[in-house]
Amino acid sequence: MLDVLYFIIPITIASAAPLIFTAIGGVFSERSGVINIGLEGLMIMGAFIGILFNLFFADTFGAWTPWIALIVAMLVSALFATLHAIASISFRADQVVSGVAINMLGLAVALFSVKMIFGKGQTDFIQQKIPRFNVPFLEDIPVIGPMFFKLVYGSSIMAIAVAFIAWFVIYKTPFGLRLRSVGEHPMAADTMGIKVTKTRYIAVLISGGLAGIGGAVYSQTITNDFGHATINGQGFMALAAMIFGKWHPLGAMGAALFFGFAQALAISSSSITFLEDIPAVYFHIFPYVLTILALAGFLGKAKAPKALGKPYVKGNR
Amino acid sequence: MNSMSNRMINILVPMISIFLGLLVGAIVMLISDYNPITGYMALWNGIFGDSYAIGETIRQISPYLLAGLAVAFAFRTGLFNIGVEGQLIVGWFAAAYVGMAFDLPKIIHLPFALIAAAAAGALWGLVPGILKATLKVHEVIVTIMMNYIALHVVNALIKTLSGGGFKLERIHESASLRSEFLSNLTDYSTLHYGIFVALAMVVVMWFILEKTKTGFELKSVGYNDNAASYAGMSANKNIILAMVISGAFAGLGGAMEALGTFGNMSSMGGFTGIGFDGIAVALLGANTPLGVIFGATLFGSLKYGANNMPNEAGIPVEIVSIIIALVIFFVACGYIIRVGLIRLRNKKEAK
Repeated sequence: MLDVLYFIIPITIASAAPLIFTAIGGVFSERSGVINIGLEGLMIMGAFIGILFNLFFADTFGAWTPWIALIVAMLVSALFATLHAIASISFRADQVVSGVAINMLGLAVALFSVKMIFGKGQTDFIQQKIPRFNVPFLEDIPVIGPMFFKLVYGSSIMAIAVAFIAWFVIYKTPFGLRLRSVGEHPMAADTMGIKVTKTRYIAVLISGGLAGIGGAVYSQTITNDFGHATINGQGFMALAAMIFGKWHPLGAMGAALFFGFAQALAISSSSITFLEDIPAVYFHIFPYVLTILALAGFLGKAKAPKALGKPYVKGNR
Repeated sequence: MNSMSNRMINILVPMISIFLGLLVGAIVMLISDYNPITGYMALWNGIFGDSYAIGETIRQISPYLLAGLAVAFAFRTGLFNIGVEGQLIVGWFAAAYVGMAFDLPKIIHLPFALIAAAAAGALWGLVPGILKATLKVHEVIVTIMMNYIALHVVNALIKTLSGGGFKLERIHESASLRSEFLSNLTDYSTLHYGIFVALAMVVVMWFILEKTKTGFELKSVGYNDNAASYAGMSANKNIILAMVISGAFAGLGGAMEALGTFGNMSSMGGFTGIGFDGIAVALLGANTPLGVIFGATLFGSLKYGANNMPNEAGIPVEIVSIIIALVIFFVACGYIIRVGLIRLRNKKEAK
């Protein structure tokens, strides 16, 4: 039993890290009142840019390459999210439609570029991956040490840190208060002198940046190259984690870890004695079924921000 | 007439969106060091080049028509069905399964396979419909989740049915939509009778919406569900009905692939994309039956014609996906295009 956990938990954490980043990004955007179905497309862009930068600059930056690639992916995806921000905040577009367009555009632009640059359907494999390391001292703790602190990706620790930072920012800072207020009642917020448009723009850009990091973490830890199936629904699973986590950063983190666990089981169930009889498909659909149940209120009511999806028009009631 | 009427503006917005999409597509080609003129020539030839290309283009339009109808029908009742993709996949599976597992006379087998596809799609639409009607769960998220459930469940079923393989057996000839006549007419393309099924469904949608009491109720709920309830219509019943009909259209879209184009089903690494392109079709067609024909023709042609671009112009096919995504994006931003057009009109009128 313990051996199984030693095996499953590291895979769980590694699979959950990209989901955590992206789901937290979703929390920022949706808490400000902007639906972001485009997380998938933003993640694809991040995964692609991460691999591209890594391949081209591995010689220049050496071991630092994957980390700098994360920053570059963050910036490019934030820029890409600007399109969604302009459409849904300034141009009052239907936010779901704009998100769908972002998803299609992200995949199309990334694949177009891959074919143009590499002349084939997927990129080469990267040499400088995000390294795994043992956390000093903590790895020696019995039971817990080998589960959580041996051979962890630095990016996983970052993901958990980001979740706590996001919680602090959203619930303990003036910016967070403004963010939540424009998502619940933008007119009241406007009356109090909060700049609704500016706050929403910042939130959508943050969501793009975090989804970009999420994508680049995924491509630099799990696949190590980029092709059409690299981010196959990870962005939507992050969206699910955000909802299952009830639009709360720590909730989203918990849900992402849970979904990571389901993914880990799906990958490895055939090699675990007491799970081998359960078809993997149940683990595959588990996160999606849970999300539907959560939304239906069977797992405690998940409540979306009040002004979600509604463009704010000054003077309208 | 000097000034633009509102109707004119309604038609101009999608036209401008298409134009902007193609324009930005050309700019992307320019930046990427490709020649946009060669590119678009290759696209044109890919669509209309010879009778084979025309046949394949029309074949590609059939599932687009049905996917577009599915999205448009739900939209008319105020519902956003992003689940067309999943409904199409289960429809594809149901049709392929009925086509291969039964051995019946054509007159029974083909309709049976089509109905099975529609029923599977309808079932997949029923779940979000019920959740929306009874528990007020937003259909967008549920349908997205249902897409993934469809993908994984169908893949698992294919594996089980094929004894661990990745492909179902071919359907029997008695369930096939293939047509020797249409194929010969178009230089042996895979054009099949599905296009007539799809066009018939366009008429069905028009008939339901415009000529029946149910259609009137569906549209009323879409306009204003409170007013509809006040007038004695059941918003809940109509929401469920709309999702079921929408799902049935999508399921038939899958039948086009199962009974016509491919004649079987293989396990899928990802989505077909037809369901998502259906959103583009419906949006561009302003959710009307006639508009869907227009949208499906445009996007189906672009999608098929793109296959000619790598050969003839050396440009990756994804350029067309970029263009389609841009068109959706610009249609979504229709508000700002509309404002621009109205300003232009007012300026003209002032003169």
